[in-house]
Amino acid sequence: MNMQQKFFWLFGGIMLLLVAASLLGWLLHRRALRSGGSETIANLNARVRAWWVMVAIIAVNFLLGRNATIVLFAIASVFALREFITLTPTRPGDHLPLVVCFYVLLPVQYWLIGDDWYNLFAIFLPVYGFLLLPVLTALSGDTEQFLERVTKVQWGLMITVYCISYAPALLLLKIPGFAGQNLLLMIYMLMVVQLSDVLQYVFGKLFGKHKIAPRVSPSKTVEGFIGGGLGATGIGAALWWITPFTPLQSAAMAAVVVIAGFLGGLALSAVKRGIGAKDWGSMIEGHGGMLDRLDSVSFAAPVFFHLTRYFFEP
Amino acid sequence: MLSQTLTLLMRVLVGAQPRWIGSRPSPALRIYYANHTSHMDTLALWCALPAELRAKTRPVAASDYWSGAGFKSYIATRGFNALFIERNADKRERDPLGPLVEALQRGESLIIFPEGTRRPQALPSPFKSGIFHLAGKMPEAELIPVYLDNLYRSMPKGTLLPVPLTCSVRFGAPLERRPDESKDAFLDRARQAVVDLA
Repeated sequence: MNMQQKFFWLFGGIMLLLVAASLLGWLLHRRALRSGGSETIANLNARVRAWWVMVAIIAVNFLLGRNATIVLFAIASVFALREFITLTPTRPGDHLPLVVCFYVLLPVQYWLIGDDWYNLFAIFLPVYGFLLLPVLTALSGDTEQFLERVTKVQWGLMITVYCISYAPALLLLKIPGFAGQNLLLMIYMLMVVQLSDVLQYVFGKLFGKHKIAPRVSPSKTVEGFIGGGLGATGIGAALWWITPFTPLQSAAMAAVVVIAGFLGGLALSAVKRGIGAKDWGSMIEGHGGMLDRLDSVSFAAPVFFHLTRYFFEP
Repeated sequence: MLSQTLTLLMRVLVGAQPRWIGSRPSPALRIYYANHTSHMDTLALWCALPAELRAKTRPVAASDYWSGAGFKSYIATRGFNALFIERNADKRERDPLGPLVEALQRGESLIIFPEGTRRPQALPSPFKSGIFHLAGKMPEAELIPVYLDNLYRSMPKGTLLPVPLTCSVRFGAPLERRPDESKDAFLDRARQAVVDLA
């Protein structure tokens, strides 16, 4: 199969899945109406509707090509960083570093992907961004809680820009026999992460008993993680034909993505609790904010990228 | 056209999401009054109103800052249809509130910032007396307290570029009118209504 055929099969499958989910949601909604309605089902339907929109955006991007994808993720990073900074108390002295994050560091990071400059992409924010931000904060002259303030900005930048930029960075990989198909690899990673989130939620609701970290994230259960994780790993294995992997390799990669995504969701939930918020924002109906959807991606993308690069790039 | 561009820009940069807590959008004659921390306040509040109300709601802007020739004035007059007020007492030839009262009598609602200038903090400073006199002259206008969230973090005084942050615009219940209330009591109560929304 060539890239176009794979694309149509893949999106055909996703459409079927969404139609099935919408239908199921509609039936559940009708049944729930008779028994007085249910918040969980209303939330489920809002999520499914948001999924339609997200899949449509990704499909359009796919057709527009590489640069559109990079721009899409840059915009997602802007919204995610915006949510992160909104919930993090800052002082007027943090204004300059924040302006530099949004208007300089973020665009440069994504430009480096477009420019195919991997070596600088990998160290730009963790080294140069890291060193620049405390200097800018110091120039403002405000030393009140200096280390805490610098750390928060650095942390937000690393998660919402550096880590998320690893998703479109998959376009940089040069895998023999897979030239021109890297967008499929990116969609593969995103699908496994997102299906893992969805299935963990569903399995948790149906069978969840033993909470993994009740204080951090009450919705994460052992049953949800195992059921959802195995489900997503299975789907990942079944999607081997859109990747450069064999079915077995694809299962292993999907398992790594599932675990990294789970840990990412856990760590960022802890950040959220620490700040005292339930959701990062409210821009996606039913899902919370941009960062609520991308928290697991931010951990899974770099791990997936580096494993693929290590094992599949000569 | 310019108005739509500005509105879109505000949505992307700061969200400017309206939260109608104590009142609903209404074409009634209103004076929206809010805390003032940033250049974007006027635009944010104005953008948070529904489009049909925006057309007949005029932000009040300081003429020493916003009017004259150039970019700021172009934005203020063409972008959000500002009404200018003279802050500088030496230059006043007539009652500075005159144009505001006339606008209200024409049926135009107003957006005012009773602190008179931008303050770098979350909670508003004590109000200047302008709002008291304006309220006395126009008893039929509803006084709607508004709290602008986070804008002081997005673009503090003295900075040129706004940091994208999610900011909300919270509209409270109309301030109750009490006859024979002293100026200071009224100003305190009006300010407290904004603080309560914070």
